[in-house]
Amino acid sequence: MHLMYFTEQPMKDYPVEAGNDIGFTSLLMSNKHFDPVAGSRLYNEFLENYIYAEEMGVDGIMLNEHHNAPFCMQAKANVFASLLAGATKRVKIVLLGNPLPLSDNPVRLAEELAMIDMISKGRLVSGFVRGGGQEQLATNANPAYNRERFQEAHDLIVKTWTVPGPFRWEGKHFHQRVVNPWALPLQQPHPRIWIPGVISHETIVWAAQHGYPYIALNTSIEDTKRIWQRYDAAAAEVGYTPGPENRGYLIRCHVAETEEAALASARQFLWMDGEFTGRLKPVWASPSGYFSPSSRETFVNFIAGQSASPSRPRKTFEQQVADLQIIAGTPEQVVKSLRKIMTETRPGIMAFWGNDGRMSQKDAQTSIRLLGQEVMPALRVTAKELDLKCPFEADMPVSRAWANAQTAQAAE
Amino acid sequence: MASVEWKSSVVTAAGTDIHVTRGGNGPPLVVLHRDIGTLDHLPFYDSLAAHHEVIIPNHPGYGASPRPDWVANVRDIALVHRALLGQLGLNGATLLGLGFGGWIAAEMATCAPNAAEKLILVGPMGVKPPTGDILDQALISYIDYVREGFHDPAAFARNYGLTLTTEQLVQWDLCREMSFRVAWKPYMYNDSLPHLLRGVQAKTLIVHGASDRIVPASAAALYAERLPNARLETIANAGHLIEMEQADTLASLIAAFVAS
Repeated sequence: MHLMYFTEQPMKDYPVEAGNDIGFTSLLMSNKHFDPVAGSRLYNEFLENYIYAEEMGVDGIMLNEHHNAPFCMQAKANVFASLLAGATKRVKIVLLGNPLPLSDNPVRLAEELAMIDMISKGRLVSGFVRGGGQEQLATNANPAYNRERFQEAHDLIVKTWTVPGPFRWEGKHFHQRVVNPWALPLQQPHPRIWIPGVISHETIVWAAQHGYPYIALNTSIEDTKRIWQRYDAAAAEVGYTPGPENRGYLIRCHVAETEEAALASARQFLWMDGEFTGRLKPVWASPSGYFSPSSRETFVNFIAGQSASPSRPRKTFEQQVADLQIIAGTPEQVVKSLRKIMTETRPGIMAFWGNDGRMSQKDAQTSIRLLGQEVMPALRVTAKELDLKCPFEADMPVSRAWANAQTAQAAE
Repeated sequence: MASVEWKSSVVTAAGTDIHVTRGGNGPPLVVLHRDIGTLDHLPFYDSLAAHHEVIIPNHPGYGASPRPDWVANVRDIALVHRALLGQLGLNGATLLGLGFGGWIAAEMATCAPNAAEKLILVGPMGVKPPTGDILDQALISYIDYVREGFHDPAAFARNYGLTLTTEQLVQWDLCREMSFRVAWKPYMYNDSLPHLLRGVQAKTLIVHGASDRIVPASAAALYAERLPNARLETIANAGHLIEMEQADTLASLIAAFVAS
């Protein structure tokens, strides 16, 4: 079982009243409200917490990125990945992930990731994402080509990592005269690729077809089960049977010495007006062309303000605690809830979104300490009982393409 | 006004199916619709049909015309329509472009700069406005975008009703997706167009709504400056969606221009 620590890197010192005045806290909320002095302090606290998480025994640090919003300060996952490559010794650096469609030059991404892998001595897990809807607007990436750009950038990066250069790439969205970077990943054939997501069926099927673990982002137990059904069916169609090593799960989980303290802090998971992403206009979350055409009728009513978000149904804090989508308590209480999730959904990878919002640095570190020192050791025992192996323990091939190439080579 | 019999058919042009609606009698006039598509019936279309055979194709990827994956820019759309007109024997038809359709009409004109046709551009997109920007629909909902198109807020309900159907929203979404495919960056203009306009010989009427909040007046002025045979008219109490807000005034201007 692979157990990771995650934080959204919240910009907790932004002025709430400014968001209340304009009615949203993303994309077009002016960055005149961003305080670089607080930003500097917070970035250093995040770095301190990542290093502390390694000391407390986590297996991995999960990183992500978002743009133009106080809910997440990290605008480039590769920046913190680079820092952690040098500043940590043991943990996997798990990017979930680089938003491929936002890049106009995937070869540069392949190069950066190879550098991170070498500097970290082979500890990189290179997840890829499509990026949220508003990320497309914030970076001017065409949402109508989001999925095409994701897939083509992925293909180009994997080829850059695995086929000796120089070669030429004349694709639909990307064009490179010369692909021949003098930086290649230490891990062979390439770093593992994990794919996080929430709702998009196409992405689940794509991950299964490629043999990449899918990381369900804080979905309900029932939705998680539906994701695995879809994943398993797609895997069966391409000829393999997935196991726990194909399954990851991110859960908001705050631990404290007492249940009261844990619950009080865990409310910060909904610190931005009942959400963690803050308030945004639906049309920013779902620009035309970004979402699946099969969901068009559902999404257009959401965008027009005539229905709730199809990807994240709004629930109260109490509901989310009752549904085990937020877990908060003493180590013993938390372990009990997490065992239920592990038993029901059988993941080989778990990420703990340990703190968020205006939680104090002290509370954040208490949670990290209790997660690493008390919760995770107990979960490892449970994982053994349930035979929940991660991709590293299962020695899972990095992709189906690689597994098939090995089989073909052996047959020759 | 006698009721017009409108008929629809599918015509294949440049290998892609184009949904075409036709009605009326007289010299042919091709309507190139907006980035939000078009309603099936407009009183404005009936007014035009009193003097013209009116031909309203749905652009590839808009309305009832399926989306060809290869159409990547507005010039592609213009050339599909050129192929369509050739096939229908309508090469000399007057081109009436509404907003985004005005951009398409202008591109069509630059592709055949010596054609004998007349050109009517109503609040045309397609050039970078010397002052101001074309309103970015990506940041606002479909409904707000259409609302921004009217001078009089009540004109929205007059045209679209008080409640919007999912079908209408889906139509706007399909149109918006296609507009993103062809005009995302730079948004709604082509830097080479102002240069190419200098070569267009067509007699041109440019119409601008006095309270257009979607396309700045400077864009219409730039068209008027660059096109050698153009005249600019401004309509009072009209926003961007002139044909839905000041249909009679626009139809009269067009009738006088075509007859001249």
